[in-house]
Amino acid sequence: MVEFTLPANSKIGTGKTVNSANSTSRSKTFKIYRWNPDDGNSPMVDTFIIDLERCGPMILDALIMIKNEIDSTLTFRRSCREGVCGSCAMNIDGTNTLACTKATADVKGDVRVYPLPHLPVIKDLVGDMSMFYAQYASVTPWLQADSPPPEGGERLQSREDRARLDGLWECILCACCSTSCPSYWWNGERYLGPAALLQAYRWIADSRDEAAGERLDALEDPFRLYRCHTIMNCTKTCPKSLNPAKAIAEIKKKMLERR
Amino acid sequence: MSHRTPAGRVHGLGSAQHGVDHWWAQRLTALALIPLIIWFCISIIGLIGTDHVTFTSWLSMPGRAVAMLLLVIATFYHMKLGLQVVIEDYVHERGWNVMLLVLNNFACVSLGTACAFAVIKVAVMG
Repeated sequence: MVEFTLPANSKIGTGKTVNSANSTSRSKTFKIYRWNPDDGNSPMVDTFIIDLERCGPMILDALIMIKNEIDSTLTFRRSCREGVCGSCAMNIDGTNTLACTKATADVKGDVRVYPLPHLPVIKDLVGDMSMFYAQYASVTPWLQADSPPPEGGERLQSREDRARLDGLWECILCACCSTSCPSYWWNGERYLGPAALLQAYRWIADSRDEAAGERLDALEDPFRLYRCHTIMNCTKTCPKSLNPAKAIAEIKKKMLERR
Repeated sequence: MSHRTPAGRVHGLGSAQHGVDHWWAQRLTALALIPLIIWFCISIIGLIGTDHVTFTSWLSMPGRAVAMLLLVIATFYHMKLGLQVVIEDYVHERGWNVMLLVLNNFACVSLGTACAFAVIKVAVMG
């Protein structure tokens, strides 16, 4: 059966509390999921109270401050700090989003920070993305054409055809959408998930690509594509305001069109 | 602990090359059920308190009997498709999965046939 409860060694306990805010300043409480594969303990939620006067405006600024000044063992991925690389995707205040583009001021009350849901945790806020990347690779996300490129080397595209890729190419593969999808939680081994399907549609919709048929063949499966039950969590959570649910619906329309 | 690669797990047994017909049939039956259910509810409310003879003579009109048969077919076909998806979603143990999918088929076909037989019997024999 589907797992509706956490296994015993994943039950979350209460960890340490560190108050680094001075009492007269603006402070904010961060409750952060911690798990260390080396100590054999169950996961804990640590509480850090920090001084917002000395901290940048985003959740990622606070995490970096905690790591730099309070607890250097706090582990998370981050790189670009401007919503382009997708590294710092995590579950903040109950919603999957990017720590670098989520403002601390937008969270009412304590800030709860957890790893992306339903990924195996490697440490603290770092989830195992290997299945997610393998699913992305399985949709062959590159241009496939039998025709050689024209003289001069560039495959041209009309403005209208190029516009069809808007809302698709912006995806940064942060995995917020796929890990917010209950269908992906229950059947993540066989359902490709919204991120990989949006990327699949990005190539199906590309006027320069000649492999739409093969791409649809690979997706025509009760699990790979049709586990999408239009729950819409993907679209609701996307930190880039993209619409993976619509991309999946477009693939289903193409399936019907060639039936 | 499995040593299969992520790529191996994702490729699995390959694409089943179906799913679109199941998806389309589920939507078509859903669409058909909108007018049929509205008609059914209004009719049954209108028949509250009537006796058996009134009901059987009401149902024996060809238009009503045909609509009732369509309702039965669409309902049980839709139910079979929907329950199949629920079982596939949530029941992962191979044995239970196969057993419930078989039971779902048998139950929906049996119940649907019984309902259709009842409608035909009333329509033909009163």
